[in-house]
Amino acid sequence: MAKTKVDDINRNIYDVVDKDNYEFKMQKGLNREIVEEISKRKNEPDWMLDIRLKALEMYNKLELPTWGPDLSELKMDEIATYVKPKANLNNSWDDVPEEIKNTFERLGIPEAERKSLAGVGAQYDSEVVYHSIKQELLDQGVIYTDMETAVREYPEIVKEHFMKCVPINDHKFVALHAAVWSGGSFVYVPKGVKLDVPLQSYFRLNSPESGQFEHTLIIVEEGASLHFIEGCSAPKYNKVNLHAGCVELYVKDNAYLRYSTIENWSKNMMNLNTKKALVGKNAQVDWVTGSFGSKVSMLYPMSILNGEGARTEYTGITFAGAGQDLDTGFKVVHNAPNTSSVVNSRSISKNGGACTYRALVRIAEQAKGSKCSVSCESLMLDGISRSDTIPVNDVETDDVEFSHEAKIGKISDKEIFYLMSRGLSEEDAKAMIVRGFAYPVSKELPVEYAVEMNNLINIELEGSIG
Amino acid sequence: MKKLLEIKQLHAQAADKEILKGLNLTIKPGEVHVIMGPNGAGKSTLANVILNNPQYIKTSGEVILDGENINELPTNEIAKKGIFMSFQSPEEIPGISTFNFLKYAKSKISGEQVKSFKFRHDLKEYVEELNMNPKLIERNLNVGFSGGEKKKNEILQMLVLEPKIAILDETDSGLDVDAIKTVSRGISMYKNDSNAVLIITHNNKILENLHIDYVHVLVDGKIVKTGDASLADEIEKEGYAKYKKVEE
Repeated sequence: MAKTKVDDINRNIYDVVDKDNYEFKMQKGLNREIVEEISKRKNEPDWMLDIRLKALEMYNKLELPTWGPDLSELKMDEIATYVKPKANLNNSWDDVPEEIKNTFERLGIPEAERKSLAGVGAQYDSEVVYHSIKQELLDQGVIYTDMETAVREYPEIVKEHFMKCVPINDHKFVALHAAVWSGGSFVYVPKGVKLDVPLQSYFRLNSPESGQFEHTLIIVEEGASLHFIEGCSAPKYNKVNLHAGCVELYVKDNAYLRYSTIENWSKNMMNLNTKKALVGKNAQVDWVTGSFGSKVSMLYPMSILNGEGARTEYTGITFAGAGQDLDTGFKVVHNAPNTSSVVNSRSISKNGGACTYRALVRIAEQAKGSKCSVSCESLMLDGISRSDTIPVNDVETDDVEFSHEAKIGKISDKEIFYLMSRGLSEEDAKAMIVRGFAYPVSKELPVEYAVEMNNLINIELEGSIG
Repeated sequence: MKKLLEIKQLHAQAADKEILKGLNLTIKPGEVHVIMGPNGAGKSTLANVILNNPQYIKTSGEVILDGENINELPTNEIAKKGIFMSFQSPEEIPGISTFNFLKYAKSKISGEQVKSFKFRHDLKEYVEELNMNPKLIERNLNVGFSGGEKKKNEILQMLVLEPKIAILDETDSGLDVDAIKTVSRGISMYKNDSNAVLIITHNNKILENLHIDYVHVLVDGKIVKTGDASLADEIEKEGYAKYKKVEE
């Protein structure tokens, strides 16, 4: 894949605040009228409104999680769940309003599209403002559009799959998502069609005291293959913003899906996201995840290996600085024989940041001959940062190969001295060591994001030398 | 002739234990010095203290390079001023190829941009001279290198970075006879009239093909005897017993 972004990225591009210049901003809070209003504004069919209202009911019944990071700062009464930007959905950047277009230009999206993507979606606050896909993919029957269009134009496919992989009662924030969802991408790759160039959706939240609830639904039919990239960012505000997206992936027999995420939310964001994949016979889903931003993250992508010979790999890195509590991990359920999973997780914490790797491995009785290998390593850059590993393993058959390896460490003084003896400053040396630690993950990221991650490591480390 | 490195009455400790106890040493341009001594005498400490490893504390004395006191300089500034140390156990750093690391270090030490093409060309020559597998430099720095490959990589770095003084801390330890010869050839390639080498060793093999100006015996934190190359032979035969007695 071609390099699609220049090297001199810095944090500032994420923090540029556009004027809160919406066409419509929902009153703050959450109730039945608000949910009905969202549905009405979207001209939705009744079946979708029904799902929303059921989900709202569920939301009101479900309790907050009793474990994990502190969510007390999140008050739904202070969050606007729907913000419609002053833009309609376009398939040409020229038609996207100047300020919004400039924001995506700064983030490098149109440039990446020209150079190395087969299609792009761009969401600004609650609505998708740009979506486009190469003609040759359309000709092969690939669908890549925003979720609202999918509800309208492909109701049967959406009905069959929407909130079926992730049920609305999964947890409180899934219920919230289903009640107020807006935007997101829908991808359908027909049987046997292999995309050799990725699709990318980018989610930008600009409006303060608001939430983003995009829904991503991807269906990769038998023998098809896709690489999907999602990126997200927001400028920093003093008040809490909320992200509760939902990703549902259907990977049919012999299909392949690679799902890459770079999450760069600002440090006032509560990122309570849910992602799950159902994986068919001899199919494979690979998750590649970089979590750098947000104040609190609770994010545990999940693969359910339902078909014999299904495979999944999770490669993730988390970087928590001051004031950040990033609780991430991976869940896998082996439901069929000869399935395999590989987990490779890295976390870095500094300046009092906290990283938790929380994971579930469940190997069902019928999953004989399955393999699972977990490796997670944490690096703490100082004495005030925290790092935890909380794995839950539930293995119901003896006929498996299972390995779990966890390492928690500090940055080595010997390595710093070695590099400084070669002329590197202490900051350079630390950055090089941290990049090296992150390398097994960063080499899996799309190239432009790997570059971005290395730059972020430099930026994050600046001024952290005591 | 002017002095390149001068160490005066150096005292240093690690973990509250005094290791160097008033060490004096003067090195002039063009010279090759050897420090020998029993285990625990302070040989590696000396190398680390010269480069200001924060794990060690200088309690008194001076380290002077080219007339400038470098006691308080951070390690990277000392490296930029021209002191290189070859490590006993070089660290493994993933995520950067040896080639890119060398190029990066060269630019930091020289303060100039390094042109890839010429750099690669020069490097190729050194790699051949050191009998290194050319593929090694494309691999991550020291990651998965054998002990011998790591040591050769240290010598490669010395050649590339062109320091004024190279301190080789037991670079020969753990090497087979052929590899020691290769390291020794690397030292000869590096050596000229304006730079100097300080070899810390237990072993005479590395000295065989080099012109040695001085051999120092370091015992209990002090240099107790200085002589010419013949002193190394004497120690090889007789050991350090009589110098230890001198201490008592």
